[in-house]
Amino acid sequence: MEIAANEIVFYVLSVVIVVFSILTVTTRRILRAATYLLFVLIGTAGLYLLLNYHFLAVVQIMVYAGGIVVLFIFSILLTSHAGDKAEPLRLKDRLLGLSAALAGVALVLPVILMNTFGPTTPVAADEQIDMTVIGSALMGAGKYQYILPFEAISILLLACIVGGILIARKR
Amino acid sequence: MQENDKKLRIMNIPMQYFLVLSTFMFFAGIYGFITRRNMLAILISLELVVNAVDINFVVFNRYLYPGSMEGFFFTLFSIGITAAESAIAIAIIINIYRNLHNIEVRNMNKMKH
Repeated sequence: MEIAANEIVFYVLSVVIVVFSILTVTTRRILRAATYLLFVLIGTAGLYLLLNYHFLAVVQIMVYAGGIVVLFIFSILLTSHAGDKAEPLRLKDRLLGLSAALAGVALVLPVILMNTFGPTTPVAADEQIDMTVIGSALMGAGKYQYILPFEAISILLLACIVGGILIARKR
Repeated sequence: MQENDKKLRIMNIPMQYFLVLSTFMFFAGIYGFITRRNMLAILISLELVVNAVDINFVVFNRYLYPGSMEGFFFTLFSIGITAAESAIAIAIIINIYRNLHNIEVRNMNKMKH
């Protein structure tokens, strides 16, 4: 049985993502948690590349890996000392978290694996989306175009800038 | 049925594999959200959850509706909103640290007094 290259890439990426997401939530040093989160986010960008959404992979790397993780690391360094360790979890808390997570997995996995997803449109596009298509859909006002959410997000970001300054400034 | 299976394997990886992967990521985030005591660590777990949902949007878009771009744009906007949300959350956390010198959740009840 031959294995295609994209399958190998998928399996490597999924191992990376699963291992590092578990490490993110179990490590006791918070700076390491942020670093592991960075690996998970880069792995996700790899998945987007695998699915031929190149623009989304670039956005993921730029906004998440370049912006949010850096913000996290700065705020961790501002609020804790190097080498700080979280105190070990009480057994009760660990059991509570584990049972919630496992119950969720047990609920969702059978649904995913037993459901048959039928394609509702003929499968054609396996290639990447052209940049001009993305740009005109983002800026157009017609049907299936997204100028309104785009503008709403721009106002949201403006409100965030004002709010962030207002909350975090020195009194 | 057979036809469906074949079409879902556009890229010789079944769609369900992606969904299983994002399920594990989502519930790892849920576990962290419940067990963590540091507010920044809770926020990091939240990022995992949001990221898992983004993967699902993109995968559904690619496998089930390859002609349209709804999932693509949902993910794009979701990434933008998440960035804004975590920036504000971090501003609030830093403000709390400035007042309480601590960002453990069990100390947050001091705000009441």
